[in-house]
Amino acid sequence: MTERLSPLDAIHRAAGATFTDFAGWQMPVRYSSDLAEHKAVRTTAGLFDLSHMGEIVVVGPEADRALDYALAGKLSASVEGQAKYTLLLARHGGVIDDLVVYRTGADRYLVVANAANAEHVADELRARTAPFDCEVFDESDDVALIAVQGPKALEILTTTPGFGLQGDGNDHDDFVHAVTGMKYYRAVAAEYAEQPVLVARTGYTGEDGFELYVSPDQAPALWEALAEAGEPHGIVPAGLASRDTLRLEAGMPLYGHELTRDTFPAQAGLGRVVALGKEVDFVGRAASEEGPAPDAPVLVGLVSEGRRAGRAGYALFDGEGADASEVGVITSGALSPTLGHPIAMAYVAPRHAATGTTLYVDVRGTRIAASVVDLPFYRRAK
Amino acid sequence: MTDLNDLKYTSDHEWVLIDEDPAEGVDAGGVVVGITAYAADKLGDVVFLELPEVGTAVAAGEVVGEIESTKSVGELISPVDGTVTEVNERAVEEPELLNSDPFGDGWLIKVMVAEVPGDLLSLEQYREVTGE
Repeated sequence: MTERLSPLDAIHRAAGATFTDFAGWQMPVRYSSDLAEHKAVRTTAGLFDLSHMGEIVVVGPEADRALDYALAGKLSASVEGQAKYTLLLARHGGVIDDLVVYRTGADRYLVVANAANAEHVADELRARTAPFDCEVFDESDDVALIAVQGPKALEILTTTPGFGLQGDGNDHDDFVHAVTGMKYYRAVAAEYAEQPVLVARTGYTGEDGFELYVSPDQAPALWEALAEAGEPHGIVPAGLASRDTLRLEAGMPLYGHELTRDTFPAQAGLGRVVALGKEVDFVGRAASEEGPAPDAPVLVGLVSEGRRAGRAGYALFDGEGADASEVGVITSGALSPTLGHPIAMAYVAPRHAATGTTLYVDVRGTRIAASVVDLPFYRRAK
Repeated sequence: MTDLNDLKYTSDHEWVLIDEDPAEGVDAGGVVVGITAYAADKLGDVVFLELPEVGTAVAAGEVVGEIESTKSVGELISPVDGTVTEVNERAVEEPELLNSDPFGDGWLIKVMVAEVPGDLLSLEQYREVTGE
């Protein structure tokens, strides 16, 4: 597989970023300190390059009906400018990918997929929507994605020069008015330097923030402009390491960790995302109605004391001794930078999933006590 | 500032200061061990250290401690045979020293050795390992 580079690659290299391979993409894992980047997003703002994400456009008179059949959510109920978190289910009810779907027009949707799954999601969508009057275009290579996340995100976005609303004569005041009044999980068709950009109030950090879908040609100028406008607020470029600890604190699942083809949404606490109330059939419906086995493991939050974190793959036991039984496994874990103690998400047998239950993490041979807690670990002050 | 040319290295990314001058803070027969800036950089922000206790006998190639960052866990592999004489308690309290000053205040343990292994790497050889 050839290595794929973000359109912002040169900027990251000039900034001295450390890179990691992520689904075939060379992406910044951190610029200087992942703790400092994490903290910046919680207190001021961070700037993320998410150009590795997949963008798939579904367009046509029956795009709404097609997606109602292809996906777990009721996308036909979305209004123009609305975003929805949804799932692409396998027929047997497992999760092929988790998605954010924006309705960008009466007959047009933008489906945002995880980088590792993007091609597969596009193929599935093509196959599932074939009977409907619509077309599927994988535009992943033609769309860059920049996220501004943190309590100062709105202020930074509205003080960055060059924005306007689409078809509005590039009036900056109208843009400021539109994004200031925009609710979470809404988006607006805007322009930056007279080129189209979709400005969405979405994110994966647990903070207020925006995600900007823009052409790769335009991405470097937009990145630099946001960095410059954010500088007085202390914005920093932030890598994938901080993105992972931020989403973990916010209790958000990561595909490949909390969500897999063998996971039913209900096990991950995402039963509400599967719209069983839809009056039409959809892929995975029958299996979802039946649901997982009663003893199937369920996702919980875990906290412990000290600083030694249980990490993905570490086993959980119901006791400290050698005779204790294995009752689950951690899917994501870290020392929480915001809270200062270890946090983890784990799948455990339902009888051990009650809030307050004490479990024991096997940290490379040492058993460390952890308590089951409600998710998320961190919730921002509104 | 430590002159990196004065240190020896392992392919496991530890550095070893061999200095028999007590004025340098190292007893005769003692060595200081830490991890390299390259290793600290690969780990990311170090948040937790587990180091051997003073008096522990260590053997070259043996895992004697753990270095945890937000993202991953690294092992401290003893580069020498000997006995631990001192542990950097300040680094245990402030693990970020491994990132900010890996060759100085971020040192990890001092070990009394009978002899220094002959297979430690020079700076030049170590840079071939890291490709930097």
